[in-house]
Amino acid sequence: MSGQLRSHSLPLAALLALAAAPFLGFGDGFALSLLARAMILGMAAVSLSLLIGGAGLVSLGHAAMMGVGAYTVVAFDAAGVSEGVIVFPAAIAAAALFAFVTGAVSLRTSGVHFIMITLAFGQMAFFTASSFSSLGGDDGYTLYARTEWLGTRILDSRLTFHFLCLALLALVWLGCSLLLASRFGRVLRAAKENPQRAQAVGFQPYPYRLVAYTLAGAVSGLAGALLANASEFVSPALLSWTRSGELMFMVILGGVGPLSGAILGALTIVLLEEWLSHLLVYWRLVFGPLLVLSVLFLHGGLIGVIPRTRAALRLLPWTRRNANA
Amino acid sequence: MPDEPLLELNGLCKSFGALAVTSDLSLTVRPGEIHAIIGPNGAGKTTLIHQISGTLRPDRGTIRFVGRDVTALPFERRARLGLARSFQITSVVPGFTALDNVALAVQARGGSSFRFLRPVSGETALNDEARAALDTVGLGRVANTPAGALSHGEKRQLELAIAIAMNPRLLLLDEPLAGAGPEETERLVGILRDLRRRYGILLVEHDMQAVFALADRISVLVYGRVIVTGTVDEIRSHPEVRTAYLGEDALA
Repeated sequence: MSGQLRSHSLPLAALLALAAAPFLGFGDGFALSLLARAMILGMAAVSLSLLIGGAGLVSLGHAAMMGVGAYTVVAFDAAGVSEGVIVFPAAIAAAALFAFVTGAVSLRTSGVHFIMITLAFGQMAFFTASSFSSLGGDDGYTLYARTEWLGTRILDSRLTFHFLCLALLALVWLGCSLLLASRFGRVLRAAKENPQRAQAVGFQPYPYRLVAYTLAGAVSGLAGALLANASEFVSPALLSWTRSGELMFMVILGGVGPLSGAILGALTIVLLEEWLSHLLVYWRLVFGPLLVLSVLFLHGGLIGVIPRTRAALRLLPWTRRNANA
Repeated sequence: MPDEPLLELNGLCKSFGALAVTSDLSLTVRPGEIHAIIGPNGAGKTTLIHQISGTLRPDRGTIRFVGRDVTALPFERRARLGLARSFQITSVVPGFTALDNVALAVQARGGSSFRFLRPVSGETALNDEARAALDTVGLGRVANTPAGALSHGEKRQLELAIAIAMNPRLLLLDEPLAGAGPEETERLVGILRDLRRRYGILLVEHDMQAVFALADRISVLVYGRVIVTGTVDEIRSHPEVRTAYLGEDALA
């Protein structure tokens, strides 16, 4: 148990830091909306990490699921409905349905073909959103108001929204981790490492993968609905393939494998991007190489930094003497 | 008939283009018997295994298993009916421990695997059965070692443990001794000897010593057809087999 706690120490520290942030000088509107964005993208990244690290399904169309969730909020807003009890479940269900239908087709392929077909579905969603003139089309859509909850405007408070996002992020992380450790998750992991073996003992990987893909879609739908509320604005850019690539990068930077890596990846990228863009005009010139270096030298991602550092420290002569003493 | 065959192949044909890899092949495996298939390289042994296990569809002919026509059933459905197969190139889940590899097989036949929240590593019923299968093949002491870190011979044993854990009717073993050293071979032959009578076994193997020591019946496959089926003694003394396949020294 203590070993498990230690391996999660970095993401747990990150969650604690997020909980404390509003009271440590990051309580202004700007900082809170930035953190909310990071946590929301973190949820989507965790669900993508479930697919990539857990099921071996490298999807390049994950932003589309978020987009479906966000545009569900927009569609309800345009129809004058802003009750969260209706809007949030609807957004989750719509994204899950989108994932189920596109997954049913995509999962018949594998490898590079899977990447390409998820990309294609993502682009279809992108162009659909762009051409919906009633929902803003290319220009995007500004929400009249944030989603309500049981008729109250409780989500308008940035602090409440901050803790809602934090709680949901923790819940998503916990839920997806339990999922991977369950019977279902074991089949998923076996089918990722050796599909032939999974079949030989009697498991057809397809239905398990489809369920995982649908669940990941549902989580992203939730993230999309939250993101629409966080910025009170939704545009097709949310569904673009570069956004999918960004989510994938969060997963890789954080570390494929343990789901908590995706949380670290999302926080790092969102905050680093913000910080660099304040520091430099041509910040992308620095950001790009940083990402390249991190992939080259951070094998196992950020999540692997602590165990690796500890292992390296153990090799130093003075720490070894300490350990013996 | 008390000895209704477990597996019955009838007039199986399979061609790749103009090359007939299986032609009009018929054979049976009875409950509790070890039926070995031998034949030179390219005789179509592995293609046959693929057709029996369901990874390859025959062009013609039928496959009956436990009294039921399974010709059209996919791989994993046949596995659930009790057809366990090992692979010529060892096939385990390298990142799983030996125990988890076997527990996966136990899980496949015990209850739904669409369970999402309960940690599977805590399911003692699965682990106990898996441990018993590991003990049967003598791998109990490496239960918690990642399968990828096992030696080649141990991986072979692990495949057998997985097959046993499926509680199968028939074991389909594709060269289980391939690549094993002399000591490993001895151990594996010992395990297979212990398993006979409990399951029907269809054994494809190049190691003649092992085949002659284990098999109840042997079929000789040449160019996709069975040229003769018989007991060990019949095969040893069969003139056509001598010329077609066996060297004199293999019979000594």
